[in-house]
Amino acid sequence: MAKIVLDILKSAFPNAIVETSAQRGDETAVVHPDAWKAVATFLKDDPRMRFDMLMDLTCVDYPDREPRFEVVVHLYSLTKGHRLRLKTRVGNADGEGAEVETLTDLWASANWAEREAYDMFGVVFLGHPDPRRILLYPEFEGYPLRKDYPAERIQPLVPYRDAPNIQKLPPFGPDEGMPFGRQTHATGRFTSGDDDTGMS
Amino acid sequence: MEALDQDLDESEIDLASEPMLLNVGPAHPAMHGTVRIVMELSGESIERCDVQVGYLHRGFEKMCERGTWTQVFPYVDRCNYVSPMLNNVGFALACEKLLGIEVPERCQYYRMILGELARMSDHLTCDGAMAMELGAFTPFLWMIKGREMIWDLMEEETGARLTHSFGRVGGMAHPPTEGFKENARAVTRHILHILDEVARMLFGNRIFLDRLEGVGVISAEDAISLGWTGPCLRAAGVPYDVRKAHPYLKYGEVEFDVPVGRASDCLDRFMVRIEELKQSARIIEQCLERMPDSGPINIEDPRVVLPPKSDVYTTIEGTIQHFKIVMEGLKLPAGEVYSYTEGGNGELGFYIVSDGSGTPYRVRIRPPCYYVTGGLERVITGQMIADVVPCFGSLNMIGGECDR
Repeated sequence: MAKIVLDILKSAFPNAIVETSAQRGDETAVVHPDAWKAVATFLKDDPRMRFDMLMDLTCVDYPDREPRFEVVVHLYSLTKGHRLRLKTRVGNADGEGAEVETLTDLWASANWAEREAYDMFGVVFLGHPDPRRILLYPEFEGYPLRKDYPAERIQPLVPYRDAPNIQKLPPFGPDEGMPFGRQTHATGRFTSGDDDTGMS
Repeated sequence: MEALDQDLDESEIDLASEPMLLNVGPAHPAMHGTVRIVMELSGESIERCDVQVGYLHRGFEKMCERGTWTQVFPYVDRCNYVSPMLNNVGFALACEKLLGIEVPERCQYYRMILGELARMSDHLTCDGAMAMELGAFTPFLWMIKGREMIWDLMEEETGARLTHSFGRVGGMAHPPTEGFKENARAVTRHILHILDEVARMLFGNRIFLDRLEGVGVISAEDAISLGWTGPCLRAAGVPYDVRKAHPYLKYGEVEFDVPVGRASDCLDRFMVRIEELKQSARIIEQCLERMPDSGPINIEDPRVVLPPKSDVYTTIEGTIQHFKIVMEGLKLPAGEVYSYTEGGNGELGFYIVSDGSGTPYRVRIRPPCYYVTGGLERVITGQMIADVVPCFGSLNMIGGECDR
């Protein structure tokens, strides 16, 4: 079943598929990063594929290889019952240029998964609607799941966040963490100067 | 008496016209583990919200890359700490898939029984907490009593109530105890009784039903797109259960039904879990009948399984074998697999990459409730503020699993 998936994929994208394998029955296709979105769209929409679920998206770091990061996606088709592991390789030895297009508009589950992959590996997903860190805090330095991040490294202390009118909602900034207004206090009611907003 | 409000000029009242920001959590009793929800309210309805997770992040995946494959078991215990046995079994199955081995029949049934008991404890906790948050404290105590019975049984079997670390690659740490079947039957019987009591207490209770019915509705398309699995997806009417769709262990041989919901609201998610508890009891009953009383629990492969202690202390081969497995770790062939099982909250996947040494190169857990929590924003936007609690409760976010 899934063998057919790989065959169709290879015939549809003869130049984009770098390699395929099927260890222990897990069909895998490695695609060129430029074709990442196109292949994913094909896998989702083609009637023979119908991969309607993005089960998981993660990365694996191979510091000795070039490109360094493997972005790994596990797809599942509820209607057909088949699975596929889709990979692409990005980034140079310093972890730069690790960029790949986002899949968020194809599968909503890619939103948080890509945020986590960025958080842990520093792989940038171009066009992501909300590219913040998710499990770690914004001041975290480095990307912990990279192999060159030592596990015993200690992060610097984060100084108290400086925000105007912070006494109104201690100990955090008034709209800290909001995707639509993170620490942008230049406008809005919190900087109007008067204290009659009822929140003091 | 004259009216008190006669002098009140309404034009003088300064009513706030901007939306209000409300911050719930991370240390809020209704936020189960630790999650923070920032909401923008218009009146009482939620216009926008931002769900922030990560407060329980402990670097699970990084830690896994430091020890041996066997030393990952204590970590997976602490992922979904309400049903740790399911994580143990899931991880053991992933390693076994890469090794290409299958555990003996007795062990397979043993894993299924323990796993289903863990699923029961998971669902009991979720449903009990949901009822409690809506003011029904008694069913919560009853259900936690049932969970405590399961944990007592687990303690009898594994030596630990909660963090068992009981799974092993190629088997389990110990064979079942002598009274296991009897105890397991007694526990499931008692839990079914508790479910009857809970049904009588809750399902005619108008407050309870009104708080859940039609609240937190999500369409099946959205749920699929968000990567929802488990009870939450089944409540949306999609009958996807890994145990049915891709049977592992002996799930292909036992009879059970997959309950699905119709309205995809909080009540459906509650009821799907109640029904799954009954199905788990059915599975346990069948497994108990079929599990052999004797026979090996571990596979016979000296490269994978530790030798019996009597051999370690008396023979040089046993000592060497023990030393190699403990010090170097058992070696998984180089390569990668994705293995998936049905966890308490849905598809619990393990994507493991091995470089052929005794240390994991990469262990990625696919946490079902991470993706479910990712849909919380969509569920509660547009709802009333009081509905956040049942919506969040019905998704059963487990902090340890979501944040790892």
